[in-house]
Amino acid sequence: MPELLFELFSEEIPSRMQQNAATDLKRLVTGNLRSAGLNFEDAATHVTPCRLALVIDGLPARQAAIQEERRGPRADAPEKAIQGFLGSLGIARGQVEERQTPKGVFLFAVIERAGSETRTILPDILLEAVRELPWQKSMRWGRNDLRWVRPLHHVLAVFDGTALEGALELGGQTLDFTNETRGHRHLAPGKFAVSSFVDYQTKLRESFVVLDRAERTRIIIDGATALAKAVGLRLRKDPSLLDEVVGLIEWPVPLMGRIDNNFMEVPPESLVSAMRNHQKYFALETKDDALAPNFITVSNMVSEPKRDATIVAGNEKVLRARLSDAKFFWDQDRTKPLSSRVPDLAFITFYDRLGTLADKVARVEGLAEALASFVPHSAPDTVRLAAHLAKADLTTEMVGEFPELQGIMGRYYARHFGAPEEICTAIAEHYSPLGPADICPTAPTSVVVALADKIDTLVGFFAINERPTGSRDPFALRRAAFGVIRLVIENQLHFPLRTLLAQAYNNFAIDDALSRSETTTNLLEFLADRLKVHLREEGQRHDLISAVFALDDEGDLNRLIARVAALAAFLGSGDGQDLMVAYRRAANIVRIEEKKDQRRYDGPLDVALFEQFEEKHLHAALDAASSEIAPLIATDDFAASMSVLAELRQPMDTFFDQVKVNVTDAALRENRLRFLTSIVETMNQVADFSKVEG
Amino acid sequence: MAEREAPRSDFQSLIITLQRYWADRGCVVLQPYDMEVGAGTFHPATTLRSLGPDEIWNVAYVQPSRRPTDGRYGNNPNRLQHYFQFQVLMKPSPIDSQELYLGSLRAIGLDPVEHDIRFVEDDWESPTLGAWGLGWEVWCDGMEVSQFTYFQQVGGIECDPVPLEITYGLERLAMYIQGVDSIFDLDWDGVPKDKGGKLYRDIFHQAEQEFSAHNFEAANAGTLLKHFEDAEAECASLLGRDQPLPLPAYDQCMKASHLFNLLEARGVISVTERQAYISRVRTLARDCCEAWVEAGANWKEREAARDA
Repeated sequence: MPELLFELFSEEIPSRMQQNAATDLKRLVTGNLRSAGLNFEDAATHVTPCRLALVIDGLPARQAAIQEERRGPRADAPEKAIQGFLGSLGIARGQVEERQTPKGVFLFAVIERAGSETRTILPDILLEAVRELPWQKSMRWGRNDLRWVRPLHHVLAVFDGTALEGALELGGQTLDFTNETRGHRHLAPGKFAVSSFVDYQTKLRESFVVLDRAERTRIIIDGATALAKAVGLRLRKDPSLLDEVVGLIEWPVPLMGRIDNNFMEVPPESLVSAMRNHQKYFALETKDDALAPNFITVSNMVSEPKRDATIVAGNEKVLRARLSDAKFFWDQDRTKPLSSRVPDLAFITFYDRLGTLADKVARVEGLAEALASFVPHSAPDTVRLAAHLAKADLTTEMVGEFPELQGIMGRYYARHFGAPEEICTAIAEHYSPLGPADICPTAPTSVVVALADKIDTLVGFFAINERPTGSRDPFALRRAAFGVIRLVIENQLHFPLRTLLAQAYNNFAIDDALSRSETTTNLLEFLADRLKVHLREEGQRHDLISAVFALDDEGDLNRLIARVAALAAFLGSGDGQDLMVAYRRAANIVRIEEKKDQRRYDGPLDVALFEQFEEKHLHAALDAASSEIAPLIATDDFAASMSVLAELRQPMDTFFDQVKVNVTDAALRENRLRFLTSIVETMNQVADFSKVEG
Repeated sequence: MAEREAPRSDFQSLIITLQRYWADRGCVVLQPYDMEVGAGTFHPATTLRSLGPDEIWNVAYVQPSRRPTDGRYGNNPNRLQHYFQFQVLMKPSPIDSQELYLGSLRAIGLDPVEHDIRFVEDDWESPTLGAWGLGWEVWCDGMEVSQFTYFQQVGGIECDPVPLEITYGLERLAMYIQGVDSIFDLDWDGVPKDKGGKLYRDIFHQAEQEFSAHNFEAANAGTLLKHFEDAEAECASLLGRDQPLPLPAYDQCMKASHLFNLLEARGVISVTERQAYISRVRTLARDCCEAWVEAGANWKEREAARDA
């Protein structure tokens, strides 16, 4: 079956856009093929810095024949109309059939159109995909008006061995479809023709291009690992850097260089940032996980000793300049104690209406002190000092150059100036957790400052009504909320969130802010939502979450979580399941009768109207349960209140077995319906069982 | 003449070789603009000529550039407050622009086959000029040696046709070619020391010391601020005339931009104010570009009328 090979050859595509482009190209072309009725067996894409390629295997030589049905005029229409219909399709009267329809007898023609040759349809399909391919950022060049990620140079389009007829109009320049491409930019720049994907891949390899991304990745990992091993080191894993580097080369050749020893006194995080961000080098580590004085760079040139030596020497030279900067920052930053930098935070805006970073630090200090009483083993003075120093490294040269080192550098500088270790750790950890994969702080001082910082941010933005909407969350408030949740849950903290939010609010003085109660209510709702998402991701049943989910006045997150767990355990037991059946039965009867009678049955019970033993028995059990549950809920003993409910199971079962609710005596019926309502309500005090599914 | 002879590697020869190379490829070779600018892009031959009436505009020039905040009193081997850029602008961008550029590297002695030359994504933006483009930084063995940009907008105006801008960092290239680790050790003229040969240090080290002191300590912030406001007002008044004068107005815009850089080095501009200053300069740049485009359109009309 014929094969289509398509390649868009351009100037270097940014690494981070390559894989999306490949996916999009495949999606667009295969979508167009399907709409044209062209089936295929397999579609695969390949992408390198200079080429975006697609190969589709097993296409038919032509489209399947298409059957079309056309309705003509009524069978008894004037001859002229009928002839007109036949004429328009070029068929005779004998080729149409008469068919009964609800509107009478009509003429129908079934025409079969032969499918077009695939070769003639493909060019438009490909061109449409090119025009529709979305780029994150695109540009124009020369006098053309087509937008593409970078200038396009050739379009290779080969079907069944030969080039397709077609051309891509750039809006000035025209690129004819050809069967030609080029190899490596510097090592094999000449054009060559290809007839199939296998031919293409083979000739590319001969021209120093490894087409397959996975293979390029493997060459880098294997090569770098071997180089490291040869000198007794290990390659430090860095998947996102690897992803980027694979998109920068067509012929990967890992090479090892050395870091001058006099830079090794600079904190390893700074060295790695300098190597990684600016130079895209991989770090190596020793057996005991320390940073080794070597690096791996990946060259795009075939290995050749003299050239390799030139490339390594060049890279080492650049790295020296980079690391001199890092060392300069490290030396310079330590000439000024961290504490003396705090006033400089007044020159950095936190956010327009929320003041400077100095303002933020002052607020966080107070909040941290308040939080300390809820976090075991944290001391008010210590957390206040940690909060005071937490942001000071933002004024250092090192963090100015490498923003991702915020906190980490603060720890080094605080330690240098003799701060207690728990404070140094808190400075480094207070931005955490940054995401689900990040480690959540557990050291008491770190926990307090991390919480205070996040709560301050959340309250501030909620006070000026800057809430995340849809995918827009420019201040990363979802992440901050998620951080609060993880800190509270993972450290088993119990505190009145509402009070603390209110206290955080009082630290602000913003014109035209939302009121305190509005701010805290909005924020608690937001936190409850985030907690729901979090629990769902942890695999909790969403219906159980809904059943217990209303934050109480205080906003204790752990209490809420305990309820979900207790409910799940209860419903997993036999008693729980049976009780659920009884609950639904009661609720359903009330719902149906209320609907039928267009009224509610929720008034007080008349005990005198109880006739049967079973209802009296259940009533007594319900009364007992109610009075037992109230104090249990107050003391947050959710599991115990569930066991109390479990005791209702047997009386409820016998009640439904023996007592008829819809009796003819109206007063009796009403009393029994009210009784069912009170059963439902009593149970709902513990959890909203109506939300439980299944 | 031996064609394979290695090109001379002294600093001034590097400039001469690049000028010769781009002159041979149809560029107008201009001289530096006679004002303080932060980069070669500010030269009106780039900023204004990226827009305006010329269907074809190819130019190359060296531009001394000033970045007051980068001054290190001559103590840092890699940083200067005054340095040199070699700038090429080709409008429309040629089809073989990357090949042309690689040819220029060959001309100065960096054969791409002997090194690892890479085009690494780096989109360019100048907030003060209201300009942006897409392109790369070009790496030679891991070192950024040039910036390569397809301009999309200048002064907030779409570029059509699209110009290609190539900016060479001359000191870095020279350090690499000469194999030295400090800018100040660069051989400027290729003349032996005993014959009066000069190093970069001999020519510029004192200037680095003095201008660093000027930029960070001595410059009178009040005067700078007043000059900034004067330049801003002058620019607006030149554009506000019945017959606007975009070229003199743009001089004032460049002045304002440099004064802003000096104010920043003096440390008298807070983070919040910084944005406001940038936006003021951008407004000037935009207004100059608009006036320039309009003047160009009028000029074209007059040309057409004369030809008719």
